[in-house]
Amino acid sequence: MSEWPLLSIVTFLPLVGVAFILAVRGNDEAAVENIRRVALITTVFTFVISLALWIGFDPAEPGFQFVEKRDWIPGLVSYHLGVDGISMLFVILTTFLMPFCILASWRSVTDRVREYMVAFLILETLMIGVFCALDIVVFYIFFEGGLIPMFLIIGIWGGKRRIYATFKFFLYTLTGSLLMLIAIIAMYWESGTTQIPELLAYQFPADLQMWLWFAFFASFAVKMPMWPVHTWLPDAHVEAPTAGSVILAGILLKMGGYGFLRFSLPMFPDASANLAWLVFLLSVVAVIYTSLTALAQKDMKKLIAYSSVAHMGFVTMGIFAMNVQGIQGAIYLMLSHGIVSAALFLCVGVVYDRAHTREISAYGGLINNMPWYATAFMVFTLANVGLPGTSGFVGEFLALIGTYKVSTLTAVGAATGVILSAAYALFLYRRVVLGPLEKDSMRRMLDLNTREKVILVPLVVLTILFGVYPNPVLKVTDASVNALIADISGTSLPQTTPVVDTTQFSFTEGSSADAVAAGFAAAGIPIPESDHHGEGHGEGDHHGEGDGGAHGEDGHDDAGAHQSGADGDHSNTSGEAAQ
Amino acid sequence: MDMTAIPNLLPILPEMFLALAAIGLLMGGVFSDEDAVPTIHLLTIFSLVAAIAILLAFTPTGSTFDGAFINDGFARYLKVLTLIGAAVTVMMTMSYARFQAFNRFEYPVLVLLATLGMMLMISAGDMIGVYLGLELQSLAVYVAVAINRDSIRSTEAGLKYFVLGALSSGMLLYGISLVYGFTGATQFEAIAASIMAEGGAGLGVIFGLVFILAGLAFKVSAVPFHMWTPDVYEGAPSPVTALLAAAPKVAAMALFTRVVMEAFQPAVLEWQQILIFLSVMSMILGAFAAIGQTNIKRLMAYSSIGHIGYALIGIASGSEQGVVGVVVYMTIYLVTTLGAFACILAMRRTDEGMVEDISDLAGLVRTQPFMAAMFTLILFSLAGIPPLVGFFGKFYVFLAAVEADLVPLAVIGVLASAVSAFYYLRIIKIMMIDEPRDRFEPMAGELRIVLTASGGFTILFFLFWTPILSAATAAAQSLF
Repeated sequence: MSEWPLLSIVTFLPLVGVAFILAVRGNDEAAVENIRRVALITTVFTFVISLALWIGFDPAEPGFQFVEKRDWIPGLVSYHLGVDGISMLFVILTTFLMPFCILASWRSVTDRVREYMVAFLILETLMIGVFCALDIVVFYIFFEGGLIPMFLIIGIWGGKRRIYATFKFFLYTLTGSLLMLIAIIAMYWESGTTQIPELLAYQFPADLQMWLWFAFFASFAVKMPMWPVHTWLPDAHVEAPTAGSVILAGILLKMGGYGFLRFSLPMFPDASANLAWLVFLLSVVAVIYTSLTALAQKDMKKLIAYSSVAHMGFVTMGIFAMNVQGIQGAIYLMLSHGIVSAALFLCVGVVYDRAHTREISAYGGLINNMPWYATAFMVFTLANVGLPGTSGFVGEFLALIGTYKVSTLTAVGAATGVILSAAYALFLYRRVVLGPLEKDSMRRMLDLNTREKVILVPLVVLTILFGVYPNPVLKVTDASVNALIADISGTSLPQTTPVVDTTQFSFTEGSSADAVAAGFAAAGIPIPESDHHGEGHGEGDHHGEGDGGAHGEDGHDDAGAHQSGADGDHSNTSGEAAQ
Repeated sequence: MDMTAIPNLLPILPEMFLALAAIGLLMGGVFSDEDAVPTIHLLTIFSLVAAIAILLAFTPTGSTFDGAFINDGFARYLKVLTLIGAAVTVMMTMSYARFQAFNRFEYPVLVLLATLGMMLMISAGDMIGVYLGLELQSLAVYVAVAINRDSIRSTEAGLKYFVLGALSSGMLLYGISLVYGFTGATQFEAIAASIMAEGGAGLGVIFGLVFILAGLAFKVSAVPFHMWTPDVYEGAPSPVTALLAAAPKVAAMALFTRVVMEAFQPAVLEWQQILIFLSVMSMILGAFAAIGQTNIKRLMAYSSIGHIGYALIGIASGSEQGVVGVVVYMTIYLVTTLGAFACILAMRRTDEGMVEDISDLAGLVRTQPFMAAMFTLILFSLAGIPPLVGFFGKFYVFLAAVEADLVPLAVIGVLASAVSAFYYLRIIKIMMIDEPRDRFEPMAGELRIVLTASGGFTILFFLFWTPILSAATAAAQSLF
């Protein structure tokens, strides 16, 4: 690309918008409208530049790209930015969601608009910074700095119990991350550097890894959030303004998953392998327990919040499966959840702006007056359930496959969560949208206006697009994830108790359907139809594993099978033949 | 050939200048009427700034008076800090004096004398010097606290401070005499050499050490010698509280550092335990006791106790990195505390006069958005949330603690800082979220300048971070 420091531009561009907003004089209607426009233009512009980043990104290269490095604090911290496939995706997700947040607040936030937009733009800078930082202290600064604007957003523009919710949010996350700070310092003294690439290469002693892992876990588990430290999330979600919930569900929760992928897994591989059982246990409990809790909710936002916790359970489970399918699935699920849950909160915001209540029982029969709304809400509900053909399916499915390979019991437990998610999501949909139009207040509800259509339609399109054609996303992350797996299995010490048999991984790399597809793409072999492909091979692989799997060959057979146009069953048989 | 008869006076130049300025201004104040008070204020600020210039431009490093006075890099850095703190406090007093009939020329003179005491403390290389500096500073501040003779609160605070301060001075003196008795020296280097020669601190020295540390802990208001702090902070007139909270704390921490690092360097294992205890207790008490406060000055008192606890982590590490941590922490503490007090001094209503309840800040963002925004930044910084500067203060002391294998201390520190975040957030919530109360009077120009500088520093610190850090590192190196 060019000599331009693109990452710095993307990261700090929102601050330029802040400067403009602060320069707007007056508080009359025209000024407020200008403030909104400036915020929207800034976020759209940031998104466009981040797309340039995406175009310039080389998916075949597993390392960090667009690297910028400058000295900052001598001998300790340097200003070091860069993205690999994993962080690239999150940067795009962040810049993509921000314009929707601004649009969603266009009419619903009328009080102190200037401060509101400033808080959101600063938050955007900090969130992008989290994903771009290649110095662990810089990462920490961005990671924790996000608490300040979020505290104010929930506290000032939130609902009735906003004070309680925002304090809980702040103190929970702060306590978690402070322990991580100590771990970061310990890592600095141990390895003598705060640069993430150097830390990735450094091998920490096994006993230290355990402590560091727990300290990072405290931070990311709260952020994720994992059961039992998830209780701040429903409160924060319910009380936050719509755009705040969108950011919370869309981006802030993903920082936990990103943290696991960037730090816990590659830097402490032994501890991660030894403690994977703990993560599995907590994930399964989270999936089942919070799904059941979601069933009992009376508040729409709370229901979606609990469903978020459940989905994040799938993510942690997939990450700590520590194989290509699990991690790819987790990343995909985070991306999908970022879109779908954000969209669900926007949907709730749409009706909340009209009826000013989030009680499920206050609604009913919306389909009669609001066909556009009913359709959009349906797509997102089904995506939340994980119906094949929506983006939710791909991620959940891959994560389940990945986990199944490692711990059958966990996968079985988590799979019941899929059923429960169908129960609560459809239950919500039925009570809010379907049924007769009985309540008076519901008769006066108007369908989506243009602004709301502009917000929801792209999200619907993306949800379905990513459901049927996951390759563009998987291709971006593929090289980085494979490098990550190779790194873990390479540096792992021999396992005494093989919770996870790391030696398998080098062979399983080719066996995930989508990873294979991505592999083809990298090799330049044309892929006929990728969504069919994704499902079919997933199954095939599944059986292959059951047979005790010669995975490498399985992968090769897949390739052969593909070119002859055969489906998953074929490859399965050939897998058995290879036995 | 008797060169030692007249000691080299060059290293002590700024102190001599301040002493002369104090005497001169005292005379000027006595022989002029009340109208001259603002001029005396201005001249005081000018003297303090001139002292910085003299210190940086003309004063050579080195020791004099047979090593009783040391002007090294450490002393230079902290003296500049103290002088800035004192000058800013006098500046903030000017607005207070205009509106609150606080027209006493004695006050700026007392500040000058206190500052002189602080500078002697920072440069002390001998136990006698320690005591002289400390007493000069303390006596000036006792009087300053009680300067509102007609106010019961102010005189009560002054008396309380004096009685407890005298007790702690007595303990300090007792400790010094014990150490002198067992090592035969008052000079830091000689004490260290004697302990080294004994092959470690004997029982007598340890007793002396404990008494000295107790006296010093009182001056920095570390738990369990903190009892005076909330009452004195609350009772003293607000500008005096600002003075108390800022410069003397910096000077006392500097003295603390020098005493333990130089005089008792060989007894590091003995004092490290005591410092860990002081630090842990201060952090915990500071965090928990501040939660229930309704008066903002009392809250700042507990907050300062907590911050001293963090700074003590640096000393407890006993390493060069630890001294860097202390120096950095105190720099940041000074700047943010002054900013916070600029806000407290601006809490003035037309009908009620000065108000001090935290609830008086309610809805400040609507009535005075600039002040609210800056105060919010300062409070987040005090809570240690990145990317504000307060985070880096904590970062450096924790860095030192982990390096010195004091991980549990660091963990207690971070947990206490999570607790203390709560009460800072509470003030922010009151300012940003609650319904507005009556307006405050518009902020005085001086306060606005201080607040802008302090608030600006919390976000834009990275622009001057490299020079500050290299100066702090150089300061720490001069102790080792």
